[in-house]
Amino acid sequence: MAQIGSFALLLALALSAYSFLAGLLALLRPGAGSERLGETARRAGIAAFAVVLLAAVVLVIAAFQDDFSIAYIFHHSNRDLPAPYKFATLWSGQEGSLLFWSLLLSAYGLVLRLRHKTDSRLFAHASVIIAAVQVFFLLLLNFAAHPFAIMQGSLPEDGNGLNPLLQYPEMVIHPPMLYLGYVGFTVPFAFALGALIMRYPGEKWIHITRRWTMVTWGLLTCGIFLGAHWAYSVLGWGGYWGWDPVENASFLPWLTGTAFLHSVMMQEKRGMLKVWNMWLIFATFMLSIFGTFLTRSGVVSSVHAFAQSSIGTWFVVFLSIILVVCGVFYVMNHEHLRSEHRLESLVSRESSFLFNNLLFVVACFAVLWGTLFPILSDWVQGHKITVGPPFFNRVMIPVALLVLLLTAVGPLLCWGKTSVDSLKRNFLWPTVGALAIAAFLIATPVSWGSPFGMRPWHDISYLYSLMAITLSALVAFTVISEFIRGGHVISRHTGQNLFASMVHLAHRNTRRYGGYIVHFGVIVIIIGFAGAAFNQDKEKEMGFGDKMAIGPYTLVCRSYTQEDKPNYGSEWAIIDVFKGGRQIDTLYPERRFFKASQQMNTRPTIHSTLNEDLYLVYEGQNEDTGRPIVKAHLNPLVMWIWMGVWIMIAGTVIALIPNAAAAVRVPAPVRVQAEPVGAGD
Amino acid sequence: MISVSSTKRVCLLAMLCLAIFAFLGAGDEDARFNTVGHKMMCVCGCNQVLLECNHVGCRYSDRMRGELSSALSRADSDDLVLQSFVQEYGPTVLIAPTNAGFNRVAWIMPYLALVLGVTTVVLIVRAWRFRPLRAHASVVAPVSGVELEHFREQARKETGI
Repeated sequence: MAQIGSFALLLALALSAYSFLAGLLALLRPGAGSERLGETARRAGIAAFAVVLLAAVVLVIAAFQDDFSIAYIFHHSNRDLPAPYKFATLWSGQEGSLLFWSLLLSAYGLVLRLRHKTDSRLFAHASVIIAAVQVFFLLLLNFAAHPFAIMQGSLPEDGNGLNPLLQYPEMVIHPPMLYLGYVGFTVPFAFALGALIMRYPGEKWIHITRRWTMVTWGLLTCGIFLGAHWAYSVLGWGGYWGWDPVENASFLPWLTGTAFLHSVMMQEKRGMLKVWNMWLIFATFMLSIFGTFLTRSGVVSSVHAFAQSSIGTWFVVFLSIILVVCGVFYVMNHEHLRSEHRLESLVSRESSFLFNNLLFVVACFAVLWGTLFPILSDWVQGHKITVGPPFFNRVMIPVALLVLLLTAVGPLLCWGKTSVDSLKRNFLWPTVGALAIAAFLIATPVSWGSPFGMRPWHDISYLYSLMAITLSALVAFTVISEFIRGGHVISRHTGQNLFASMVHLAHRNTRRYGGYIVHFGVIVIIIGFAGAAFNQDKEKEMGFGDKMAIGPYTLVCRSYTQEDKPNYGSEWAIIDVFKGGRQIDTLYPERRFFKASQQMNTRPTIHSTLNEDLYLVYEGQNEDTGRPIVKAHLNPLVMWIWMGVWIMIAGTVIALIPNAAAAVRVPAPVRVQAEPVGAGD
Repeated sequence: MISVSSTKRVCLLAMLCLAIFAFLGAGDEDARFNTVGHKMMCVCGCNQVLLECNHVGCRYSDRMRGELSSALSRADSDDLVLQSFVQEYGPTVLIAPTNAGFNRVAWIMPYLALVLGVTTVVLIVRAWRFRPLRAHASVVAPVSGVELEHFREQARKETGI
């Protein structure tokens, strides 16, 4: 097994190197033979996918066969590990996850190379760049982090097992999603760099890469939130985001990628921000690589850094090479990236995009700064310090609120210039509605529970929470008004009812209205985040029949029990949950002892409603009294976060659907009274 | 002259006041425990806030909570308590950079970046606004054919309808 895998990796390296060198030669020396040479490079790239796939399959089979002669399998699997986690062994450790990265990159490369006829020269450039990135990862796999390394000495009976924190169903899909996002940004990067190198005319490369970027961004979004949900469901501290360096590493390319998805519209529609977009996509790709470096190098301490080693130097060198290559080609060809239009007004769609991009980049800088400050402190002061959630919350919340404000304002501004009348017409009712909601939240009694009865003067977190919900309402009203206004126009032309007209409208400009749905998802998530200001928790030793009250709930301990399974032994509490004197649920917070790794792990249990989550953790027994300890968290509005993610995914999918042909065509330009149908996407 | 019953009443009142004061103090102490406990990390390597570390059998968090509780009951100030933890466990025990010395840079830089960014964007917008037009807007010439189609295409792109 190990020999087949090792050979496949070497062959993949040879094929990728050939794809890179032959493709490069074909591009550098255009002539009669270059086309054939380029074709062989393309085919070598396709073959590399098959060979990397073979290596990955071999590793998975080795995991299923409990082949502990392979060191990677010994360290990340064991005989009693359930089948889905044996499959997940592929990305559970450093060597496997690098192989998985390489597999995904070659898969993206495969799709790109199969679609080369769209624009053969641009695709050839992108193919060479992807091959270069692939060569780096295959070099790593072959010479620094070999997944098929053989165990020394006698063959062990059983493996060390998978990290207990990773033995959770979501971990079977969270890393692939995240990696699909990380790796996917290689494709727009390759197209952008290729377009810069060949001084590609027009914005066609943007059109080609738009779908790639959106798909990649959507997958990264899914990956991030799956990670948040995993943290919430497994780590047992009652939260979903802890500003851990590895979480931050996934957030950084998401921020620049989101900025790119917005600013690229300015390039498409107005021929502006060409340099900015180029560097945004370069930065996004580099941050993806940087995220892997952060996760794998051990340069910062993180609860998520499941696999660390000394491969950091490889990544530093690779990042430096990317930076130099991008810089050199930018200096050589930057004249090609001149803007075609000027900006006419500060109150315009263009300037809203500028500010939107500024805020995303500042947010990215702040997260990067906070993540790396411990290292900087070590250099300057001789000791590391901790930069934890209070820092990030204090810095990021104001920026997030400004982004939210722009999310409300931006879509209603016109390209070029927005008149005061238009501003009044578009913003009056959404603003009144949002302020009415804020007043309602303040006026309602505290006894109604969160988020009602907000008293923003009591605590800054309440103020932030109120502002977040008010601005979210503003965004919601502007999005709804955009749909209704556009729907009315379609309805008048076609005679359809308003709902059908709105569907028709969305189908005619899927990107714009899909984008609005994504915005709607974002505000639902923000409302969920705002609930965190009202979190409560309580901890108590609970014997049989003992009660604990938290918020509107009363918890009564019914019993404790134990179970022994092949992979782990577990004990859990049986807690009856009462609300208003009526039993509404029974919860089973659990803790497990994983036999192979000899590690203990808690499994919280959650009673989830639209208003709040009741989150119970069985923390073990008091060493002195022997009585079990249960910790209860009351987390308002958490379900909104997961609902918002689904809405975001739906919006992204809609934005990817091709536009339907217009049902009503105006035969010739005529003078008409302008309809207030929004400002374009 | 104060009667015996009056003295009793005064004593009871004093005891009541003391009890109220003591209970108020207890409430304050809980709040302080919560506030100060959320300014520190558990040092077991879990990267979690001290009061949120739920690792079964964590060797540090229980001990640290006990130390925090006794430090607060000694009526030490919050700063003094935090300082004593820094001396015992090192500067990484604090959850966020302090607002002193080089650590202040951590807090300043993101806001500085925001201010510089906003200034830059405003300057860019101003520069772009005053960039000369390629054609005089006042001169309106009729267009037709390919050029008209070009403008219609541009209008379609920019309005999205």
